[in-house]
Parts: sequence; C-alpha cells; structure tokens
Amino acid sequence: MAVTIKDVEHVAMLARLEFDEAKKQQLVKDLNAMLAYIDKLNEIDTTSVEPLVQVGGAPGALRDDEARPSPPQDDMMQNAPERSGPLFKVPKVIGER
Amino acid sequence: MAVIRDIHTHRSLVRSGTASCETITRGFLDSIREHESLNAFRALFPEESLGRARAIDAKRSTAGALAGVVLATKDNICRKGKPTGCCSKILEGYVSPYDATVVRRLEEADAVLVGTTNMDEFAMGSSTENSAYGTTRHPLDAQRVPGGSSGGSAAAVAAGLVTAALGSDTGGSIRQPASFCGVVGLKPTYGRVSRYGLVAFASSLDQIGPLTRTVRDAAEILQVIAGHDPSDATSSREAVPAYVDALTRDVKGLRVGLPKEYFTTALDKGIADAIMSRVEFLRARGAVVRDVSLPHAEYSVATYYVISTAEASSNLARFDGARYGRRSDGTTLAEMYTRSRSEGFGNEVKRRIMLGTYVLSAGYYDAYYRKAQKMRRLIVNDFENAFREVDCILTPTTPTTAFAVGEKAGDPLTMYLSDVFTVSANLAGIPGLSIPCGKDAKGLPIGLQILGKRFDESTILRTGDFLESV
Repeated sequence: MAVTIKDVEHVAMLARLEFDEAKKQQLVKDLNAMLAYIDKLNEIDTTSVEPLVQVGGAPGALRDDEARPSPPQDDMMQNAPERSGPLFKVPKVIGER
Repeated sequence: MAVIRDIHTHRSLVRSGTASCETITRGFLDSIREHESLNAFRALFPEESLGRARAIDAKRSTAGALAGVVLATKDNICRKGKPTGCCSKILEGYVSPYDATVVRRLEEADAVLVGTTNMDEFAMGSSTENSAYGTTRHPLDAQRVPGGSSGGSAAAVAAGLVTAALGSDTGGSIRQPASFCGVVGLKPTYGRVSRYGLVAFASSLDQIGPLTRTVRDAAEILQVIAGHDPSDATSSREAVPAYVDALTRDVKGLRVGLPKEYFTTALDKGIADAIMSRVEFLRARGAVVRDVSLPHAEYSVATYYVISTAEASSNLARFDGARYGRRSDGTTLAEMYTRSRSEGFGNEVKRRIMLGTYVLSAGYYDAYYRKAQKMRRLIVNDFENAFREVDCILTPTTPTTAFAVGEKAGDPLTMYLSDVFTVSANLAGIPGLSIPCGKDAKGLPIGLQILGKRFDESTILRTGDFLESV
C-alpha cells in the first residue's frame, strides 16, 4: 500500500500541516521508505498476541476526589498569543463560509 | 581551584566551607562561556545561579544531598519563570508557569541549575542536528555530532562545563549521546522518575534521567529525582532503594547475559572487542556470563517508530497557536492552526507527525499501530524470559561511534537505525545505563549498555560502577 501525493495531502490535512509541492514529493518518498521498513513487522504472525498499551499496566491508584488548588490563571495564561481577559482569543470559528 | 570532578567533592567542599559554592559556580559559568562554540547550552541563568549559590553557602553543613552541584537541564524540562523551548521555533518565547517535579527535587537538594541545554527539536533525533538553534559540537571533534537528542547535556558534561545534566530518553536520547561523548547516561525504569513538567514526546516511552561523569554520580542524582509523584499518574509507588549503597564493586555470582542477536558478525569489530574485554573483567571477578536470546530484537526499531510517532502526533496536536507558542495569522481557526504549525515545526518533527498521523488514520490503524503494540508485547516477553536467566544484559550502546555532522542528516531511516540497541529498553520499560568503554581507532568513545529488570537500577549501577573501577 504505497503512499501517494493524495495520501500525503489527506494526512497533512488531518495533522493541520501544509507543504509545498517539493516537500510533498519528499514526504511521499520518506513515508514510503519508512513504511517499507516497518512492513518487516509482518514477518511475525501476531494474530493471537494481545496488544500492549503501557508497560506495567494502566496507571491504577485513583486518588480521592478532593479539590486541590490550581495554579493562578494569570500564570497559566501568560504565554497566550492573544487573550481577552480570562479567555484565549482565536479567529472566528462559527458562521464562516 | 582544582577541577571538581564529582558530586561527592562538591558536597564536601561546600558543606565543610573549604570552598564557597558561589566561587565554584562562578568558575563553571566562566568555562561555559569559554566553550560557547560547542553550542551545548540554550540558555544560562548566571545571576540567579549565583544567588542560589550564596544561599547554599549560608546553609553550609546543613546543605542538601546535592550541595552546590552545578547542573544543567535539557530544554524540554520546565522551570518556573524560565524559557522552555524544546529547541523548537514553535515555543520561541515560551516561559514555563511551573516547575517540573525533577527541577523542584534537585533544587530542594541544593543543586545549582545554571542553564538549559541544546537538543534535537522535541527530542526527535540522534545528533542534535534537528535543533532550531544549530548543532551541538562533539567536545573531542567539532566536525562530529555529540549524539542526541540530549546532545547538549552530554557535551556539557563531557567538556566539564557542568558536573551533571538531566536529559530525557524516549528511544536512547540519554544513552546514545552519553556513549558518543564518553560519559555515563542512565535511563531509569518507566515510572521511576516523574515526567511532570517534561514536554511530552511519546508518553509511554519518555523518561527523565541523568548524564554524569561517574556511575556513582548517576546513582546520586537518581536518588534525588526518583519516587512517586501525585502529579504523574504513571509514576510508580515502588520503594526507592539506596542506590549508592548498592555500589559494592562485588560482582561475584552476578548473572550477566549477552544477547546473541546483538553480537553478530555485522557488529563493528572495535566495539565488539571493547565490550568483550569488559565481559572478561566481569568473568574474572566471579560473574557468570551466558548467552541469552532476544528473538524479536530486529523488530524493535520498526516497532518503536510506529509507536513513538503515533504518540508524538497526538501529543504535538497541542501546539496549535491558541494557548501558547507561536501563532501565525489566519482568517479562520483552521488556517491559523495550520500556518502556526507549518511555520513553527522543523522538518523532522513534521515528518514524524506525518508518519504518526498516517499509522493512526482510518484504514491503517490495525495494520501499523495495533500491529506495533502486539510486537511491543513480544519484545517485553523476550526481556522477561531473558531476565529469568540473568540479572543484567550487556550490549553495545550504539552500532558506531560519533558520526560526522551532516553524515546522516539526509536519510531519516539511517538516522533511526543508530538507535537500534537502545529503543527496546524504552519499549520494555526497563532501565538502561551507558558507560564509557574505551575508544575506537579514531580516538572516539565507545559506550557499553547495561540493561536491567524493571525497578532494578541497583544492579545495573553496581555492574557499571564495577566496570568503571577496572
């Protein structure tokens, strides 16, 4: 299942990235080379193997549902590119054509 | 002033008042400035460091376990009020609003954190060539790379600019540069050290650890940073043993495994000979050396590059220009996201986000991501089986010594294969230690890797400390 320019454009859209034509061509080449290498995993039959998500199992030990102080909002928003009081300001989301 | 080579010296000088922490810190800051051409550092905090040093001098005999130890942290570990940039343009100007748990613990132990070190952007790379701020140079040869992604930390320690540095290791990013630069690098067990405040690359693989000049120093730093942290749900409640006490130099009866899949005829002869000479030291002192098998070793790099890029594509989705980091203009939200990310991320990061997004996308998830998770289980099983027979496993850290700047930059797959001996420890969540093991014909350091059972850093540190002493 070789990767095409169309695949690169689709994946770039999913990842919110954009590339010029030359970079797209390069990505077709790079992704195909990497996937060809990764295809070596198919040498091993894993039909009956359970996938492993996290070593040591999922984190257990739920903590008590107690409110804990949060860092000050101003500290946490100091890196905002644009803000309006306590809110992050972004370009218009709704009502666009 | 005599060269301060280890943590014990720092601590005794400062606690006894023989030398002031301020003078020592000033000396280190001067040599950092003299070695600017290495490009090992991303940011320096001289005034604040000297202020802290004076406060530690005032404590004198009551100063903590890392009294006056001059340390650097990798540019992906948060420090309150300081820039944390992951050497990426997308985080230019970003100032951390909080301390990473490791930073808090180091400061509580009275270490002096003088600056942040250069790295491959978002820890994606094996040479530091992917830093947005230029390559770090190898301290022994400016035409060579120091390894990566914690290349700045490794170079700084190797050049004596700091006594220790923190790095992060997702597929070898502490051990590989430690090997290239001839220093000690420890990747602890997954869950041993809190990741709170470490900018996430691949959350199921990332772990913070020390780069030092001696194994004992690695044990000292681990002692301070290890342990459960309520702010990191994956940090373990497993008790933290006294690591320095484990350094007995006694290896009698120690069962040492050599994976036959790694020691093939393809292995560089200089590296193989260096490792085998150390194996003989162990045997001579009563260790039991035997062959072990890790049948799925050859699949580890492929497995790693599916899992790590998948997790990275998800983790790096947060860099959207909305809440922090670079924002580019856009008339719609989607356009703003796309431009901010496309202008902010470098080539290698974008390449990995693309691969990770692809392997997680509809129609390919089972073929790649789920397949890799299954392979990961087989790799974990290989280690579990091997560790029934032996207490630790010895391998080379890297297939080659430090390569030339630019040598592998054009070919991502070749670069990825430089991690062939290190990635499986991350996949299996086990600890790995790289120690210097002589030099090759070009005079470049060779690294020996010691892998251990989960939460058994004591055994690999003991083995490494013994080998360092012979």
